[in-house]
Amino acid sequence: MNILRKKSKANLPFSETVIELFIRLCGISSIIFVFGIFFFVFREGAGFLFNGLNLTEFLTSVEWQPTSLNNKRYGAFALIVGTFSVTTLAMCIAVPFGLGAAIFVSEFCSPKLRETFKIVIELLAAIPSVVWGFIGLTLMNQLIIQVFNAPIGLTMLNGGIMLALMSVPIIVSIAEDALKAVPDSYREAAEALGATRWQVIYRVLLPAAKNGLLAAVLLGAARSIGETMAVLMATGHSVNIPSGPLSWIRTLTATIAAELGEVARGGEHYQVLFIIGILLFTITFVVNLIADLVIKGIRQE
Amino acid sequence: MKRTAIVYFLAILVCGCVITSCSPADGTNSNNVVSKDDVQVTIKNKGSDTIVNLAQAWAEKYTGISSTTSVEVSGGGSGTGVAALINGTVDIANCSRQIKPKELEQATQNTGKVPHEFIVGYDALAVYVHPDTPIDKITIPQLAEIYGEDGTITQWSHLGIKNSACPSDRIIRISRQSNSGTYFYFREALLGENRDFRIGSLDLHGSKDVVEVIGRTPCAIGYSGMGYATSHVKMLAIATDENALYYAPTLENVLTKSYPIARPLYMYSLGEPTGEIKVYLDWILSAEGQKIVQKLGFVPVESK
Repeated sequence: MNILRKKSKANLPFSETVIELFIRLCGISSIIFVFGIFFFVFREGAGFLFNGLNLTEFLTSVEWQPTSLNNKRYGAFALIVGTFSVTTLAMCIAVPFGLGAAIFVSEFCSPKLRETFKIVIELLAAIPSVVWGFIGLTLMNQLIIQVFNAPIGLTMLNGGIMLALMSVPIIVSIAEDALKAVPDSYREAAEALGATRWQVIYRVLLPAAKNGLLAAVLLGAARSIGETMAVLMATGHSVNIPSGPLSWIRTLTATIAAELGEVARGGEHYQVLFIIGILLFTITFVVNLIADLVIKGIRQE
Repeated sequence: MKRTAIVYFLAILVCGCVITSCSPADGTNSNNVVSKDDVQVTIKNKGSDTIVNLAQAWAEKYTGISSTTSVEVSGGGSGTGVAALINGTVDIANCSRQIKPKELEQATQNTGKVPHEFIVGYDALAVYVHPDTPIDKITIPQLAEIYGEDGTITQWSHLGIKNSACPSDRIIRISRQSNSGTYFYFREALLGENRDFRIGSLDLHGSKDVVEVIGRTPCAIGYSGMGYATSHVKMLAIATDENALYYAPTLENVLTKSYPIARPLYMYSLGEPTGEIKVYLDWILSAEGQKIVQKLGFVPVESK
C-alpha cells in the first residue's frame, strides 16, 4: 500500500502538481491576507498610538473633534458606546427571532417547506447592506416617526432593526446546523419517556445544542459590530451617548467610513481612524475567538 | 503520462505565442490613435478641495467636447493651488478665497506674469428648516449659539417662537461629516477659527441627505448648498446681526454679495490666458459650463 502511494506520487503528471501547488497557495493566501491586513492597519495607526494619542482620553472622552482648528480632541467613548448599544439592541431583536426560526425550520417544518425557508433566508443574507441602509433612511425612518411619535426616525432603534435583519440569516443557519447535529436518538428517547414536543425542545434539544446556539449568536453579533453602511445611514450618525432606543448614535465603523475618504493621508486624524480600526479588529477578533472556542467545545463533547 | 505532460506543455506554449503575438498588434493600434492626436495639450488644474469636484466635472465633460485638450485636475486646498501657481507648475489654480496681495506679488515676481482672476461660480449655503416651522429669518449670532460649543440656544422657544410642529421643542441640529468642505465653510462663517461645533448634531453624509432629512423633520435645522433646495424645505433669510438687513438666499443676493454665507469660487491663470487655456476658461464661463455649476449645487455666475 505504502509502496503503491509512493509510486503514484512519483508518477504524478505535471498538471496535477501545478494544480496541487495552486490549491496550496490558495489555502495559505487567506492566512497571509489576514495577517497582512492586520499589519497594514496597525502600521498606519501605530505611530500616533504610541506617540501622541492620549489613550485615556480616546477611551473615556465623548469629545470627538478631529477637525477643530485649534483644539483637536479624539474622544471615542461615545462611538464605542454607540457600537455596543446598537449591537446589543440588534441582538435583543435578532436572537429570539433567529433561534425561533431555527427551531421551527429544524423541528416543525415539513421537508418541502424547509427547503423553501432556507432559500428565502439565504436571500435575506444576500441583500447588500447599503440597501438596508436605504430602507432605514426612508421607510423605517417614517415608520418610527409615526409609531413612536419621535421627532426623527434615524435612531438607534432604526439601526438596531436593520442590523437584526442582517444578522438573523447568520443566526438561523448556524443555529439550525447545531440543532440538526443533535442525534435523533435524543429526541426519540425523550418522546419515549412521554415528553411533549415543547418539552423535547426546551429540556433536551436546547441544552444539547447550547454551544452551537451560542456560537450562532456570537457570529451574528460580530456581523453587527462590523456592519458599516446600514448603521451609517440609519442611526443618525451623531456623537451622542444614547439615553434610550430613540436616541441617535454613531458607531466606530460609520466614523471610519464617513471620515477616511477626505482626510489628509498620514495626518493625526488619519492615524486615529486607523486606531479605531485596530480597536474594531480587536473586538471582532475576540468575539470570533470566543465563538470558535465555543464551537470547539461542542466537538469535544 | 509523459505524453500528456508534453501536450500540456505545448498547449501552454501555443497560448503564450498567441498572447504575445496579440499584444504587439494591440500596441500598434493604440499608437495609431495617439499619433493622430499628436498635438494633444494638457491643462494642469490644481487647488481648492471645495472646487475639486466641480473642476473634475468640467474636465470630464470637456474631454468629450475637445479632442485635442485634456485637463488634469488635482485638489489639495486653495493654498496648494496658489503655491503651484507661484512656482509656475500649473496652468490654472482653483481657489475658494481671493488670492492674497502678497501671493499675487510673489507670482508676478517669480513667473513674470500677473495672475488673472476669474469668478467661475458661487458657493452659497442656505439654512434649511421644515416648512411647518414658524420662522423665516435668523441671524448669524443666533446660528452660532445653535451650532457652537457651549451655545445657549437649544430649543425653538429660545428663538422666541412656538414651534407647534415640534412637541419636544428641542432643536435637532443637522450637520455634515466633520471634514467636508461645507462643514468647514459653515463653521468658519458662523464661529470663526476659535470655536468648534457642539457635538451631538446629526452628521449626514451628503448635501442632498441634509435637505431630505429636514424635509421629514419638523424639529430640525440644517445647512446645505443653495442648489439643493426642494419643495419640502424652507430656506431662511439671514442677517449678519440683529440690526442688519435680512437677505434671502437668492441668486441676486448672492451675486450682489449681500447674502452673508456665500463666497465666490475663483480660478487664476498666469497672465492673460491664451490658446487652449483661454478656450477652456471661456467654455467654463459659457452657459454650458455654468450648467454644470448648477448641477453640483453651486450658484452659476450671472445666470438668469
